[in-house]
Amino acid sequence: MKILIVDDFSTMRRIIKNLLRDLGFNNTSEADDGSTALPMLQNGNFDFLITDWNMPNMPGIDLLRAVRADEKLKTMPVLLVTAEAKRDQIVEAAEAGVNGYIIKPFTAETLREKIEKIFERVNAGG
Amino acid sequence: MGMDTPGVEEKEAEMRARQLERARQLVAHMESGDDDSAGRLIEELGRMHESLIFQELGKLTRDLHEALNAFRTDSRLSEIAETDIPDAKERLNYVVTLTEQSAHRTLNAVEESLPMAESLAGRAGELSGVWERFKARELSAEEFRQLSADLGDFLNQTGRDAEVIRKNLSDVLMAQDFQDLTGQVIRRVINLVHDVEQNLVGLVRISGERLSTPEQKKKKPKQKSNKGTGPAVPGTVDGSDVVSGQDDVDDLLSSLGF
Repeated sequence: MKILIVDDFSTMRRIIKNLLRDLGFNNTSEADDGSTALPMLQNGNFDFLITDWNMPNMPGIDLLRAVRADEKLKTMPVLLVTAEAKRDQIVEAAEAGVNGYIIKPFTAETLREKIEKIFERVNAGG
Repeated sequence: MGMDTPGVEEKEAEMRARQLERARQLVAHMESGDDDSAGRLIEELGRMHESLIFQELGKLTRDLHEALNAFRTDSRLSEIAETDIPDAKERLNYVVTLTEQSAHRTLNAVEESLPMAESLAGRAGELSGVWERFKARELSAEEFRQLSADLGDFLNQTGRDAEVIRKNLSDVLMAQDFQDLTGQVIRRVINLVHDVEQNLVGLVRISGERLSTPEQKKKKPKQKSNKGTGPAVPGTVDGSDVVSGQDDVDDLLSSLGF
């Protein structure tokens, strides 16, 4: 399982990377915003994308839309991990096709739960 | 001055022409010794001068009024002073609170873990001394039974303490999320400082020119951005329509069929 972690704060990328390692996911890469993440996704055979929303250049919501619009990437599970907490933003992300939405600050348990849930659905073909 | 209504300049020119005409008549009356007519003309010229001053004063008042109005509607400064600055203070307080919490969380984990690590190291040192004597066949049967019991206790203790230390280290890891959360808030405050700077520059320009150009008067529409706004800080304009936590997010998403 190859996972791309996108966040403009390197501290948050390290936290997520460590949590993923605890969960048994060792194959992770990092990008600091949507515009650097997108070419990595297009060339990198990633299985899963975890992205922040509020980033310079290309925010996470635009990256999500770009992923859904890309023929090769459109079925990739995407988990938003963000401090953005407005209801209309969550609805917007849902409409853009997000697979999970975690509010910062979050716990290791929440991350595990959401990832499991996403893959249950993916494996169920839903 | 750009704000003159058409016709004012023509009126001024007409007024000057009339003054000049009166002045010429005045010279003619004085040269011919007609003091009564000359006196009337001097009075009339005085009145004309006064009315010119009032006109000029009126125009200045109008310009000033419009300059103030233009400033009031153009500039975000009043909005910044009324809303954004108190908001920014709340945000910076939030940063202080969050960094304080994270530091305490980290210190708590360290304070609990350090004595455990020290005690485990001390106990391991003691046991390895006895273990060396065991390997050198120096232990009595009674001492060996004691060593065996101590080793059993030590292994149990190590298992329990290592789990607590692991939990504490993972707490230290999670406590570092403050850097992202406060960083987003601080960036927002930096943007505000930049905004204040721009508006102060605008203020200096307006007071320099007295009036702003029509383009500057057009109010910039607040653009909806996809960028996001960072963490919702309690007690700020973020307050409304914000979910209260992960459970709220999950409820909202499940109501959307997730």
